[in-house]
Amino acid sequence: MSTINTNCRRIDCPEDPDQIIEIVGHDFGLSRRTFVTALGAGILIAVVAKTALGQEQDQPVQGEQRRRVPGGGRRQSPPVPVEARVHLGKDGSITVLAGKVEGGQGARAQLSQAAAEELRVPIERVAMVLADTELAPDDGITAGSRTTPSTVPAVRAACMMARNMLAQHAAAQWKIDAAAVDVRDGAALEKSGDRKLSYADFASSDPQSLKQVAPNDLAVTGVEQWQVLGQSAARPNGRDIVTGKHTYPSDLIRPGMLYGKILRPPSFGAKLSAIDLAPARAIDGVVAVHDGNFVGVAAPSTFLAKGAIKAITESAKWEPTAGHPPSDKLFAHLRENARGGVPRNPRAEHANSAAKTLKATYNVPYVQHAPMEPRAAVAEWQDGKLTVWTATQNPFGVRRELAGAFRIQESNVRVIVPDFGGGFGGKHTGECAVEAARLARAAQKPVALRWTRAEEFTWAYFRPAAVMDVEATLSADGALTSWHFVNINAGRPGIQTPYKVPEPSTPAVDSAPPLRHGSYRALAATANNFARESFMDELAAAAGKDPLDFRLAHLENDRLRAALEAAANAFGWADRKPKQDRANVGFGLACAVEKGSYVAAVAEVEVDRAKNAFHVRRLTQAFECGKITTPRNCRSQVLGSILQALGPTLREQTTFERGRVTNASFYQYEVPRLADVPRIDIHLLDRPDLPPAGAGETPLICIAPAIANAIFDACGQRLRDLPLKLGPLDSAAQSDT
Amino acid sequence: MADPIVTKLIVNGEPHEVTTDPDRSLLEVLREDLRMTGTKYGCGEGACGACAVLVDGKRTFSCSTIVREAAGRQIRTIEGLATGDALHPVQQAFLEEQSFQCGYCTAGMIMGAVALLERNKQPGEEQIRDWMNPHICRCCTYPMIAAAVKRAAEIGGAKA
Repeated sequence: MSTINTNCRRIDCPEDPDQIIEIVGHDFGLSRRTFVTALGAGILIAVVAKTALGQEQDQPVQGEQRRRVPGGGRRQSPPVPVEARVHLGKDGSITVLAGKVEGGQGARAQLSQAAAEELRVPIERVAMVLADTELAPDDGITAGSRTTPSTVPAVRAACMMARNMLAQHAAAQWKIDAAAVDVRDGAALEKSGDRKLSYADFASSDPQSLKQVAPNDLAVTGVEQWQVLGQSAARPNGRDIVTGKHTYPSDLIRPGMLYGKILRPPSFGAKLSAIDLAPARAIDGVVAVHDGNFVGVAAPSTFLAKGAIKAITESAKWEPTAGHPPSDKLFAHLRENARGGVPRNPRAEHANSAAKTLKATYNVPYVQHAPMEPRAAVAEWQDGKLTVWTATQNPFGVRRELAGAFRIQESNVRVIVPDFGGGFGGKHTGECAVEAARLARAAQKPVALRWTRAEEFTWAYFRPAAVMDVEATLSADGALTSWHFVNINAGRPGIQTPYKVPEPSTPAVDSAPPLRHGSYRALAATANNFARESFMDELAAAAGKDPLDFRLAHLENDRLRAALEAAANAFGWADRKPKQDRANVGFGLACAVEKGSYVAAVAEVEVDRAKNAFHVRRLTQAFECGKITTPRNCRSQVLGSILQALGPTLREQTTFERGRVTNASFYQYEVPRLADVPRIDIHLLDRPDLPPAGAGETPLICIAPAIANAIFDACGQRLRDLPLKLGPLDSAAQSDT
Repeated sequence: MADPIVTKLIVNGEPHEVTTDPDRSLLEVLREDLRMTGTKYGCGEGACGACAVLVDGKRTFSCSTIVREAAGRQIRTIEGLATGDALHPVQQAFLEEQSFQCGYCTAGMIMGAVALLERNKQPGEEQIRDWMNPHICRCCTYPMIAAAVKRAAEIGGAKA
């Protein structure tokens, strides 16, 4: 759960328990010192903060409704009054509100489409307000592919009710039956007549009906009648993106604003014992803050802020913490610290009677999200009320985090999330917002804090590293007879096998992670599918079966079979060249189901024996997520996922020693670039008969195993660690196979 | 830190005088002093291309260029590309091809592509790939970015 040597604590994510959220345990409450005196220092501070928050939650702020799912489970967007979602202006404006964020995944266009569809207006008529905690409903965190199955229906339901109310209002005005009224192009129209009543007319009547709560399970417009959904919509603010006009969180400028900078510890967990702030304060316009382990400055420019930090760096006395394992001992460390030990195979006795028993261990290191826009926030205090503009996927969670850190009521905190520069699961927390707010409180001016790339690579949270032990048995005719799959440290998403096998055992255990970890696009499903789909290939080879036939023989799920067959057919798997005719070229496949969507990938790899390297030549992917609501964006998400997944497959991994990250730069931590792009064929399987699922995560999870399997096919090396690194190859043109 | 001096910067054809430490990065002065925030910070060391601008027509990473070096030279940024409501062909192409998801790298990508097309009106696929490779897009819309550069060449060619 919490990390070694770092002041972080895990908090619950009520709307999606699989999300991993560790917040930095800042406590900047003005009354903190009394608490510390009463309860002692150190870890208790975090406990106090948690209790304080918990108490606050038990006493709901007036006018605020706590919406939590008892007993966990994934939460739907809450039913709220129609007017909380749809503002109809007397001037004809239509504003739709949602608590989701736009970080590039396409929520703004998709939710605008959903609203336009049900309101029966052109998409340009809809002004979409996202992620302002003062204005928008709490739709929970933007994660887990939940916007499509959860918030889209909520927006559609509210907009449909608004449309019906317009029709009913018109019918009452005209003294006719509501069934005799049509709503088209933003107005109610009399079916057999020419009377017309617009949303603006309706708004002018000060309708009380919009106070009704919109349930989420209304029968909305059927797929066959869709006019706007199911079509490709451009990003509504796309023009502002290409002209540079869009204000990202790191572009925001407030009157009198200062620029912040934080003094970071030299290593994880180091404790500050002394510092002299005088040299910083001697610089004109600089405000310097020392509060516990926190040291930061605010200055009229970033350059001056950097200078102020430089001026005090040498005076800082840090007490480093010992016992930090280096990255080259990471996997042994995670195994040794598995909570309760590594679970044993409950069906180990099967090995005695099985025709074949296979065991293998797979490892996945830490990686970073590295969004193009590093963490950024602008904080501003006014009359005890805090407003923060920041990039987060979790606006309401960050509001809680800020309220907790400063011990103020949530109702005194407003979080606004402008469309920001990428998250990928990496912006669930509010540490940058908290830091900016701490500086702003001291400066009594708005403060912008924009993390550097090195800070982002070091102090942002990491995707959990994983150690996976897999063990299975085969009968003489090549059927799976037992399955034991253990994930140490990374978690459960994607751990269940879709293949037919009696009583599969799939435990996941926590460990003592040396780095602060958290959610990452597709969560642990990337690690778990890498191990499972690689191991399925090992089993197929042991059984002497074709990897596709072996999978299909064990697959009962029709949707997954369809995706696998679609990818294999599109690639030409059945007609692929026999091995003897393609020296050093290999093909591999993988399939998976996750978050309600289905994916299969086939990779073609060429091994260069002279360079002892491999090259990904071609990737074919089939993807099915029910009815496709936004075809062009769906394709873009699938394509982006495939290429982003190439990074940790080929090169990406965070290295560290003595509590320091040793590759905190794009020069050393190499993400995919244009030159890495292979030939890619994407096949989207549209299923109008099925409800839409999200598409921004699942398309990542088959890339690593498909490539690893293709490498095995090309040269016989089974690579079980990410990133995939070839062992020494025989430099002869073709060797044993 | 050196003493602030008055530096003349010509940005999108307009002269500006800034009083600042001459060792500050051009990126920071554009964003904080001139309040032109279309140019983005991505890495601070010229490894990602988010901060690309044109200086005397050459693609320049403004995060690693100090204002002293840019003084008196013709600086072009994303804000200066469109003519009134008319987008530059490269902007138009990026919009048409939907060559972005989060869009944070887009300004740098577009400026990089402008620099390429001003020296080579019809670049081939390989030339586009090699030229644009210094620019990172973490949403990984690379194929659409390459397509936009190609499309921009077509639009530009048609206009010329």
